[in-house]
Formats: sequence, C-alpha cells, structure tokens
Amino acid sequence: MKLAPIEMARRVALDIPDGSYVNLGIGLPTLVADVVPADREIVYHSENGILGMGPAPEPGTGDPALINAGKQPVTLLPGGAYMNHTDAFVMMRGGHIDITVLGAFQVSERGDLANWATDEATMPPAVGGAMDLAVGARRVLVMTSHTTKDGRPKLLPACTYPLTAAGVVDRIYTDLAVLDVTDSGFLVRELVPGVSADELQDRTAAELTFAPDLVALTPV
Amino acid sequence: MIDKRVPTLAEAVAGVKDGSTVLIGGFGNSGVPVELVHALLELGAGDLTIVTNNAGSGETDIAALIRERRVSRIVCSYPRSAGSVWFEKFWRAGEIELELVPQGTLSERMRAAGAGLGGFFTPAGADSPLADGKEVRVIDGRRHVFEKPLPADVALIKADRADRWGNIVYHSAARNFGPVMATAAALTVVQVREFVELGALDPEAIVTPGIFVDRVVEVSA
Repeated sequence: MKLAPIEMARRVALDIPDGSYVNLGIGLPTLVADVVPADREIVYHSENGILGMGPAPEPGTGDPALINAGKQPVTLLPGGAYMNHTDAFVMMRGGHIDITVLGAFQVSERGDLANWATDEATMPPAVGGAMDLAVGARRVLVMTSHTTKDGRPKLLPACTYPLTAAGVVDRIYTDLAVLDVTDSGFLVRELVPGVSADELQDRTAAELTFAPDLVALTPV
Repeated sequence: MIDKRVPTLAEAVAGVKDGSTVLIGGFGNSGVPVELVHALLELGAGDLTIVTNNAGSGETDIAALIRERRVSRIVCSYPRSAGSVWFEKFWRAGEIELELVPQGTLSERMRAAGAGLGGFFTPAGADSPLADGKEVRVIDGRRHVFEKPLPADVALIKADRADRWGNIVYHSAARNFGPVMATAAALTVVQVREFVELGALDPEAIVTPGIFVDRVVEVSA
C-alpha cells in the first residue's frame, strides 16, 4: 500500500506543534493546512506579505488582492497582518519561520534539496521563494512521492538536478515512509505496512538505514 | 507647495525613455499597476528592462508590453505562471533576456539600492547555479553569494490612497513589492484608488512616506 496525498498531509500535520509559524510550499504541501488538528493554533505565512493567512473564501466572496504564493484566493484571520515583500522575506531568510513544508524533485542523503529546476530546457526557469525558504526556515520538511511518476528514485546519494539549497532538509514524508536526514544519511523512522525494508530500498537510490524502533506508518 | 498629484495617466508616465529600467509592482495579479503599465505602452518607450516578480499573463499589462516588443530584458523570480504565453514565446525565440533571481534576493537588491548600500551576501542560491560567476564567501561556516543592488529609472506601483505629499497606504496583499520599489527608483509613480486630503492618512499607518514618491495618479476602480 501507499499513502494518499491527504494521508501524507495528516502525517506531516502531526509534526507541526501548537503555536508554530509555518510556510507551506505550493502544490502538495498546501494540503497540510486543511488537516492540522483544530486544537492547534498555527500561524501561516505567505511570501507575498501575509502572516495569519486563513483558508479560501466562500465562492463569490473575498478580496481579489488577497492571494497566496500559488496565486489562489485566501483570507486573513483575526490577528493577521500584511507586510511589505522585503519583510516577508526577512521572516523567511532570517530564521523566523519555524517550519516550512516543501515539495521536491530530488533530495540527497546529505539533505540537499532540488525543487526548482529539472534538466528540461523547453520551459523558462522559475525559482520564486524556494531558495530563501530552504535556507532560512528553522526546520525544512519535505513532502513528496517516494519516486517519480515513472518510478525513478527521488531520494539519491547526490542530486542530479540544480540545487535549491545544500544540506537543509531535516525530514522527508513520502507516500511510503518517514525518513530523517542524519549525519550518516537517510534514517527510516516509519514505513507503511505491506512494504518491506528491501522493497523501500529498491525504490531509493541512496542507501537506507532503518531505525531500531521503526514504526508502522498507518494512515490517520 | 508640494503637490505630487498628476491629473492623467499619460502625465504620470511622461518622460520614460527607451532603454529604461522599470520596476513594476505586483505578485500574480495582485497589486499590478495595470493602468500605469498601459499608459507606458501607449507612451511607446521600448528596449525596456522590466523588474517584476512574474512575467505577466494573458494579454494585458506586462504581457502586453512583452507582446508589443517593448521589453528586451526581464528580471524576475517566477516567469512561468499560468498564461505567461508571450514571455515564453519570446524567451524560446531568444528575443527576450531573462535574469532569474530568487524572490527574496529580488526585493533585497531593490532594498539595497534604495538604502544606499553596495550589495549584500545572502545564503539564498549560494549552492545553486544562480550563484555562478558571483563572489561566494563563507560567513560563520555558511556559504553566501554576493548580490548587487538593483536600482531603476522608474517604479510603477499600485496602492489604495495617497495625499498630495505622496504619502501612501496600500490594500491588503496588493502591498507586496510596492514599498521597496518606491525606494529604489529615480522616478516613483503610484496609481491609487483615491486621493485624500493632507492629514487624512493616519501617520501611524502610512506605509510609504511621500519622500519616496514623485507622482501619484488617481485611477477609480
């Protein structure tokens, strides 16, 4: 079995403590905001100058200028604030964001992240705020499928795509496992039931170590 | 007497020359000074370097400037938005130069220009190909890349209200690049929804003080 995206998001959400300042990357990570337990107060930051971002407005309502990093309409919660772009990035680059959750094309066993450019040259390159967030957030979590759509490993001894940042990833949540980046490479903490250690290794280009207290990654 | 109000969009962009570097506010469609950009298009200035977060989408504002071949170079962080077809077309044809800049570096380079600084070292992008050809220095054990200030001839900004001194307040997340761009250009032009009397803006809440602003023009919604 493997986890559905919303099940991955629920697993990530368990690791976001009450009171955290969080920036969610565009794509898969945005699901996390929908499943954080209701008894936790989380302040979401958006790179375009929002702190205290709330969910999408009811259809037909809302402020067209109030959008998130993915250009989708959002709301501002009570206590929220707008700030100019430079200050939004002071929060990111300056180590004020507790946790960021980012997507990835590749992650290396040293915690290098590649999530902005592939090797295809037909589309113009685009980077957005990924590099500032990757170097600046106190804790960098990656949420990604374990392999590419055509089955190639995303967890590698070294990234082959251009890096977003080197040595920044703390933990990876895939549809098969939860892995920490340690001084000795990837350490598997949790593994979905029905997938053996050998099978996970087969889908991973880097060498894996399995935690002695390996836990079953069951959907919540 | 100081009065930075101008009556028309044409007067707001008057004097922008061929070859100018133009900062254009906005993030996605939020905060783009659409009417000022259209006035720039009408003015006819070409061979422009445009500094903006995205490369326009659809057929209006920045996309229209590109389509009409007024832009020779664009400095931005994320040119690959949905509908940025004109940028992509000219980029593929090699007819528009792209300088890709990490988003925080983009605004900090403008801040450095506005603040009179000679640049700064940032860890953002220091391990990426975007650092190629730039000075990299290890500071407190971490790699940083040197980035130069990004000054401009003109800034075009959208805001909510202005008084005749050019004091500015913005509307929600449309603020984005406005405040930093206002500091970094020789000529800062702001379109607002509404002019208000001098003294009507709460001094505790003025976001861009008038010293950074040269012209304001009212564009009713």
